[in-house]
Amino acid sequence: MSITTPTKAPFGVGLLKGLGVTLKFLFKKPATVQYPHVKPDLPPRTRGVIALFDENCTVCMLCARECPDWCIYIDSHKEKLPAQKEGGRERTRNALDRFAIDFALCMYCGICVDVCPFDALFWSPEFEYSEYDINGLLHEKERLREWADTVPPPPALDDGADSPAEVADAIAAKENELEAAHAKSEQAEQAEEAAGDDAPPKTKPAAKTGTNVADMHVEGAGEQIDQAVYDEQIAAGKSERMARAKAKAAWVRAQKKAKLAEQEASGGDGGGDEPAADAGASTDAPPKQALADVHVEGAGEIDQAVYDEQIAAGKSERMARAKAKAAWVRAQKQKQLDDEEGGDA
Amino acid sequence: MSDLDTTEHVLPGNAPGEDVIFELRGDADFDTAEMSLSIGPAHPATHGVLRVVLDMDGERIRDARPVIGYMHRGFEKLAEYRDYRQIMALTNRHDWLSGFCNELGVALAVEKMMEMEVPDRAQWIRMLLAEWNRVLNHLMFIGSYAIELGAITPMFYAFREREEIQYLLESATGGRLHFTYNQPGGIKIDLPKGFLRQSVEELATMRARLPDYVDLVLGNEIFQARTKGIGPLPPEVALAYGVTGPSLHAAGVPEDSRVTEPYLKYGELDVRVPTGDNGDSFDRFAVLLGRIEASLDIIEQIHDHIGPGPVNTKLPKIVKAPEGATYVRTENPLGQLGYFLQSDGSKNPWRFKMRTPSFSNVQALPYLLRGQLIPDAVAILGSVFFVVGDVDR
Amino acid sequence: MTAAVLDPAVVEGLVAQSASLLTLDNFWLSALLKILLCTVMLMVVSLVGGYLEHKAMAHLQNRNGPMEAGWHGSLQLVADGIKFIQKEDIVPQAADRLVFAVAPGVALVPVLLGFLVIPLGPGVWAEDLELGLFYALAIGSIGVLGILMGGWASANKFSLMGGIRAAAQLIAYELPLILAAAAVAIQAGSLSLVDIVESQATMKIFGTVSMWFVFPQLLGFAIFVTAALAELSRPPFDMPIADSELVFGYMTEYTGIKFAMFLLTEYGGMVFMSALISVLYLGGWQPLPGVGLPGCEAVGGIADCGALGTLLGVGITLGKIMAIIFFMVWLRVAYPRLREDQLQKISWLVLIPLSLANIVVVAIGKVAL
Repeated sequence: MSITTPTKAPFGVGLLKGLGVTLKFLFKKPATVQYPHVKPDLPPRTRGVIALFDENCTVCMLCARECPDWCIYIDSHKEKLPAQKEGGRERTRNALDRFAIDFALCMYCGICVDVCPFDALFWSPEFEYSEYDINGLLHEKERLREWADTVPPPPALDDGADSPAEVADAIAAKENELEAAHAKSEQAEQAEEAAGDDAPPKTKPAAKTGTNVADMHVEGAGEQIDQAVYDEQIAAGKSERMARAKAKAAWVRAQKKAKLAEQEASGGDGGGDEPAADAGASTDAPPKQALADVHVEGAGEIDQAVYDEQIAAGKSERMARAKAKAAWVRAQKQKQLDDEEGGDA
Repeated sequence: MSDLDTTEHVLPGNAPGEDVIFELRGDADFDTAEMSLSIGPAHPATHGVLRVVLDMDGERIRDARPVIGYMHRGFEKLAEYRDYRQIMALTNRHDWLSGFCNELGVALAVEKMMEMEVPDRAQWIRMLLAEWNRVLNHLMFIGSYAIELGAITPMFYAFREREEIQYLLESATGGRLHFTYNQPGGIKIDLPKGFLRQSVEELATMRARLPDYVDLVLGNEIFQARTKGIGPLPPEVALAYGVTGPSLHAAGVPEDSRVTEPYLKYGELDVRVPTGDNGDSFDRFAVLLGRIEASLDIIEQIHDHIGPGPVNTKLPKIVKAPEGATYVRTENPLGQLGYFLQSDGSKNPWRFKMRTPSFSNVQALPYLLRGQLIPDAVAILGSVFFVVGDVDR
Repeated sequence: MTAAVLDPAVVEGLVAQSASLLTLDNFWLSALLKILLCTVMLMVVSLVGGYLEHKAMAHLQNRNGPMEAGWHGSLQLVADGIKFIQKEDIVPQAADRLVFAVAPGVALVPVLLGFLVIPLGPGVWAEDLELGLFYALAIGSIGVLGILMGGWASANKFSLMGGIRAAAQLIAYELPLILAAAAVAIQAGSLSLVDIVESQATMKIFGTVSMWFVFPQLLGFAIFVTAALAELSRPPFDMPIADSELVFGYMTEYTGIKFAMFLLTEYGGMVFMSALISVLYLGGWQPLPGVGLPGCEAVGGIADCGALGTLLGVGITLGKIMAIIFFMVWLRVAYPRLREDQLQKISWLVLIPLSLANIVVVAIGKVAL
């Protein structure tokens, strides 16, 4: 039954209900926030402002050409680089003189960020750059570079997403390796069993359940159907297409449930005994570790000195925090590098 | 009337368009004059810049003429000078309340021309976001219609809900109104981790809050007194004017291209089309609420269907539709949206024609407004749901 | 000598029997105090009522409301007032300038004068006229003139329509308002508002149960509140300023301080009507039916209170006023507005017959019991 199905109620009930609904919210916490005092927590993909890493820009002009309303202004000159080898040719390089975006014209479509082949343009959720004068919205590369410090790392993709090509290759390589190892251990196990020992049963489920913990997606979704549901739907007079769709959905649901049950069961008996190596065998672990390698751990911390300095310089709280974070990460990386060099020496 | 004198007097206004024309009828002792009242282009009842010129006899409307074009931005011409990726960013701006559904139409048209295979996962994600967009759009009209009848609160509740859904969509697309998430052959990038979980949570929240709107607005006796029997639109008139969407469904015609001509994967889902009996303002509003409920049901079904896989296909460096023409229609939140795309094989369309639902819905206004009272005119104007950008393009 | 003129013992007729605390030997001082009382009611209590409207409406709508000016936005209306004063005073070219300028004053002054007879606490009133109720209702209906003037003089179709709607509405609802109040006067046996409050202190149904007039006259109370909402053009009867139809009705062309005066009229009117409701039906300054104020010697309902009792009495009246304002705001939040013809139908076909019946019932009850 739909909510809009008319119900017969005596006169006045509707009026009282209206009073009731509004009264209910008198005692609830307001849904609004006091904006300038409380900043919104925006998702990392938010298209707030376009930030520029001018170090990466090669003046290829793709962004300026693809922009639907031509709001990117780029000036450059050619620089001659001395030959790298004795007797080699001199090389020329484009040097960026001006990179400006007129945010009064920009329609925030994000095409420039998408087309940039050298990772020079990014979206930042920073949005507080309104001006009293429309001309003030034309921002030069120095300002755009400042915003680059506020760019958040991209969010992890959904579990069902296809991995990017390079990550997929890495996963495949790792899987091959693990499979080989697994085959070896299985051989060893069989050998043990053959030897007559009552081998502890923990290794088998551990090896299996380790492969699929976070990933709740069922393989073969889309092809397999639940025959019982299908027949039922057909019997109920639904179209073939509808019945197939419902049966598919039912199958996926059933599979998911089964997997969940399996995981719970295995988690109950063998979870603690799982060797660390097996936990690493889960399919999406390698890309995670690869990502973690790039980032300095605890990258949320800030450099207090830089922060205070920025605040004193009249920057916004958010900007200061971003800068301080960047400074902290830089310092940490430098430290790691120094440590490594020290270790090598 | 024939035995009475009829004279026309012109009272000059500040601009030629503001002249007040009085038509005096009757004898000299008791003159009644028709008054021309211009609602809009800047008036609280016409959210946007639609102007309706009313010929009034007291508070009774003799005739109504919608004057459109104040917001004409030349989308069709602009599109001829944009490539297909840029058109996506353009089209989610003509009906700014259903950006995702608009760009979806373009994507479908281009894919049809290029005979592209779109991965299943991309199609399901498109449907998921399109349905959330539909909910967003309808919430806006539920709030604004109530405010036109003088109930201010539903607007605030609707915007609270809208804010949550916009946050959800922003986490995937980066935009709150102009999503720009589609591209020919799929979507730009896969959903972020946790999106589906949040979507499930938001679904539960929305379901819990829908009854509030029924109690606050639909069930209210004053609301019913204001809307029941006001501005009935018979199905044959609606069809004659090309009215689609909630207004047509309220008249009892369940024409919804998600059901009658399914695109994407709608054919595999159980899509309910709520309809009304009388086609009056009350039914139009009730259908709108019913459509939110139906969309939530669809979203729940989509959650069960999204499987793993790629979300886009490899595109050539420059997307060029082959020579030819195609027409794609989709069920936008406000009605049938049609894109006619003719290509000469270059990267820009040769002709890009839009058939927007609001434009056709507004055509029925003179029929609906004739003979009504001013307060009823507002009740009718608000219930023929339209977005002025979608009318003027 | 002038003070003697105000002495109830000397002059009979308009001035009634109960002595106000504000009536002093010095005529000028006492006049000043009385003017002060009315002004405070208009400028301070009305703004508090306006603040209550802002905040209550916001929280009923799940939001915060004003938060910036003062503690939790408590000075918002003061800030608004300062802003209005700074605004340019725009007069439309085609407007009738004199009428346009006078209209806000004509609307505002009756509200100010209305506070003259409102008893706030024992002994706290400016004047206790023998015809107090009559005076209050009569002065309250002058305001419509200002609204009509504003609507006509603006030379704007929306304003004109708003002004005419207001006039039609106020005339239609004047009748049920007066008829409902008449039933109260019958039961109290007096038209003096002070008498009405005091007779509620002593009123007993069947000689045992102490009561305010709201209980025996629940119907009259409902009629009076409905009619008061319509008189004030408050939602759901706010057609004269229906913003989605008439932009802002008779106020459309007003800016700056004149607009602020119209707004103040609205808030002042709310306070005035709420005060009238609390006096007529809710026992005025009495905390509970049959319960007197502490420190009051009650003889036949006429109370002689100490400072504490007086202050408490004023507080209770103001509390009741705010509670009624909250109720008005609550209705505004919950309901859409009616249509003009529906509004007229409700008045002529429902409220007036009911209020006549109410008078008959009350009169019979008064004689029989």
